[in-house]
Amino acid sequence: MSTPSSPEDPSPANTADAEHPVVLEATAAVPGETTSRVGFTGPAVALLQELWEQHGPLMFHQSGGCCDGSSPMCFPAGEFRTGAADVLLGTARLPSASGGELGDLEFWISAEQFEYWRHTRLVIDAVPGRGGGFSLEAPTGRRFLTRSELCGI
Amino acid sequence: MSVYTQPGTDGSVVSFKSRYEHFIGGAWVPPVKGQYFEDVTPVTGKAFTEVGRGTAEDIEAALDAAWAAAPSWNASTPAQRALMLNRIADRMEENLELIAVAETWDNGKPVRETLNADIPLAIDHFRYFAGAIRAQEGRLSQLDEDTVAYHFLEPLGVVGQIIPWNFPILMAVWKLAPALAAGNCVVLKPAEQTPASILVLMELIQDLIPDGVVNIVNGFGVECGKPLASNKRIRKIAFTGETTTGRLIMQYASENIIPVTLELGGKSPNIFFEDVARERDAFYDKALEGFAFFALNQGEVCTCPSRALIQKSMYDQFLADGVERVSRITAGNPLDTDTMIGAQASTDQLEKILSYLDIGKKEGAKVLIGGERAELDGDLAGGYYVQPTVFEGSNSMRIFQEEIFGPVLSVASFQDYDDAISIANDTLYGLGAGVWSRDGNTAYRAGRAIQSGRVWVNQYHNYPAHSAFGGYKSSGIGRENHLMMLDHYQQTKNMLVSYTENAQGFF
Repeated sequence: MSTPSSPEDPSPANTADAEHPVVLEATAAVPGETTSRVGFTGPAVALLQELWEQHGPLMFHQSGGCCDGSSPMCFPAGEFRTGAADVLLGTARLPSASGGELGDLEFWISAEQFEYWRHTRLVIDAVPGRGGGFSLEAPTGRRFLTRSELCGI
Repeated sequence: MSVYTQPGTDGSVVSFKSRYEHFIGGAWVPPVKGQYFEDVTPVTGKAFTEVGRGTAEDIEAALDAAWAAAPSWNASTPAQRALMLNRIADRMEENLELIAVAETWDNGKPVRETLNADIPLAIDHFRYFAGAIRAQEGRLSQLDEDTVAYHFLEPLGVVGQIIPWNFPILMAVWKLAPALAAGNCVVLKPAEQTPASILVLMELIQDLIPDGVVNIVNGFGVECGKPLASNKRIRKIAFTGETTTGRLIMQYASENIIPVTLELGGKSPNIFFEDVARERDAFYDKALEGFAFFALNQGEVCTCPSRALIQKSMYDQFLADGVERVSRITAGNPLDTDTMIGAQASTDQLEKILSYLDIGKKEGAKVLIGGERAELDGDLAGGYYVQPTVFEGSNSMRIFQEEIFGPVLSVASFQDYDDAISIANDTLYGLGAGVWSRDGNTAYRAGRAIQSGRVWVNQYHNYPAHSAFGGYKSSGIGRENHLMMLDHYQQTKNMLVSYTENAQGFF
C-alpha cells in the first residue's frame, strides 16, 4: 500500500480479488495501522445479516490448525472469550438488508497466529458447504471461508 | 486390482440405510425435533443417506442414558471391559471389508487405506486397550509402619467426545477404546461431514455393548457439539479439530471445572539430511516414499508432512527424484484397490485447498507438479478431487505456515543442522515431524530438538497402538494411542489408612 488512508476511511490494503469483490471493510484496529485488514464479500454480508437476525450480535475468531483450521469461526458476540492472547484485527459495522445498521462485528485472531499471518489481509466470503467447529452458519448449508491475500501493511 | 461396487448398487459389500437415527441407550432413537440432514459421499458429490440432526434435547437424552448405565458399567471389572473390547475387535475383523467400504464412501479416502490402515488400526486399538486395562494396577505406598497410601483408579463416570472427519472411525476408536477400558460411559458426536460410517459400525457391534455405555448423537457443532461440550453432566471432554474450537471447548470446560484433551493439528516438517543421498539404495527409495507421504489420506491428516526441508547439498537431485515419485501416485476411484489418492472429504475442503493453490501461486511459489483440481470421469466427475501438488518456496510463505489439510507439499532447502531445526520449529504447532538420516547421532539429536510430540525417524505416518501421540505448543493436550491415555479417563482415589490403635497425640 503506497498511500496510507485515514482511519475514518479504511480502504483495503490490497486490491480485492475480482471474483470475490469486497463490499464491507472493517476499520483498522491493530495499533499503529490505518488500513483495513478484514473485508467481507456480498455473500458473507448476506449470511451475516441472516445470522444476526437469528442470534443477535456476532463476532469472528480466525482459527488455525487441523481439520477446519484456517476457517473463520462466527459466534454470538462474547461467546468466545478473547483476551491478552488475541489481537483485534478490525471491527465492521454491519448494515441491515434494508439499508440501516445492525451493529459492530469484531474480528479476532490469536496473537501467536497473527505473527504468522501478519502479511495476510483476510477476505471473508461465504460459499456452499457445511461449516465446522461451533461456527453459527453450519446449519444454513453455507459456510464462511477466509480468502487471504498478500498485503503490504 | 479390484474395484468395490458403489454402495447403493447391487453387489456392494455394504448397504446404507436411507436414514439413520441417534444411538441412545442401546436403541435407535429419532431426533427430538424430528430433523435430519443429508450425508454426501465425496466420491461422487451425491447424498447417499440422511442422519439425525441432533440438538440439546438429544444430548440430554444421551446423557440420561449414559448416567443410567454408569452405576453398572463404572463398576464393571477390567476383565468384563477387556472382553467387550476384544469382542468388538473380533466383530470388526469379521466385517473388515464392509466397514472399510463404508468408511471410504463416507470420507472419500482410498479403500486400500481403509482396508490396510484405518480399520486394522482401529481393531488393534481395541485389543491394545483390552490388554492395557487388564495389566493396569493401582499403586500403594507404605508411608510408615502403620500408614498406607492406596491409589485406586476409578472411572470418571460419563465423558463427552467430539470426533473429526478425516479418520471418522479410527479417531472415534482412539477415543472410545481408552474411555471404555477405563470404565466410562460415553456420549460421542461424530463430525457432520462424516456421520454415517460410525453408525454402520455401531449397528455391527451394538449387541456387544451394554445399553447406554456408548451413545452417538449426530448433528452440527453449534446445535449438538456445543450442548455436549458445555454440559454440566460430563466429567471430561475430548476433542480433535482446530484451535479456535479447541479454545472454546477449554472455556466451556473451565466453567464446569472438568479436564479436556485436545488434538489440534500442525504444520509438520519432514527433514531430509544430506547423507540420505549418499547411496541410491533401498533406504534412498524409502526416503522418497517419505517425501510423498504428504499425499496420504489426501493430506487430510493432522500430522501431514506438508513442509519438506531438504539439505542444500543434495537438494536438486533429491527434489527431482521426490517429484518423480509423486508423479507415480495413482489417483482415481477411491473404491479401486489400486487407487492411492481419493477424494477430499467435503466441498468445503475442496474450496479451501483450491484457494491455497491459488495463494501459493500468487505468492510466487513454484508449482513443481499438480496445482489444480483433478477432473475425473463419469459419476466421479462430481467428486472432490485434487492433484497431488508440490510447491517450491520459502518457510515464510503462507503455504508453509497455514494448515491446508490437502495433498499440498511445500518444499524448501536448509544449509546445515542448525538451520534445519530452526526452520522446523518455526511454527505454532508441534504434533508431528519426520527426520531422515543414515547417521544415528544426527537423527537422535534432531529428533530431540524438534518441538513436537511425535518425531518419526526414518519413517512417517505410522500409528501403532502403544506409541504415544499428542501435541506440543498449540497442537493440544494429552497423549492418545498409549496406555497413558487411561490417565485422562480416570480419577485417582487416594485412601490414606492408619493401621494403629494409638491416637496421633494432638488433642
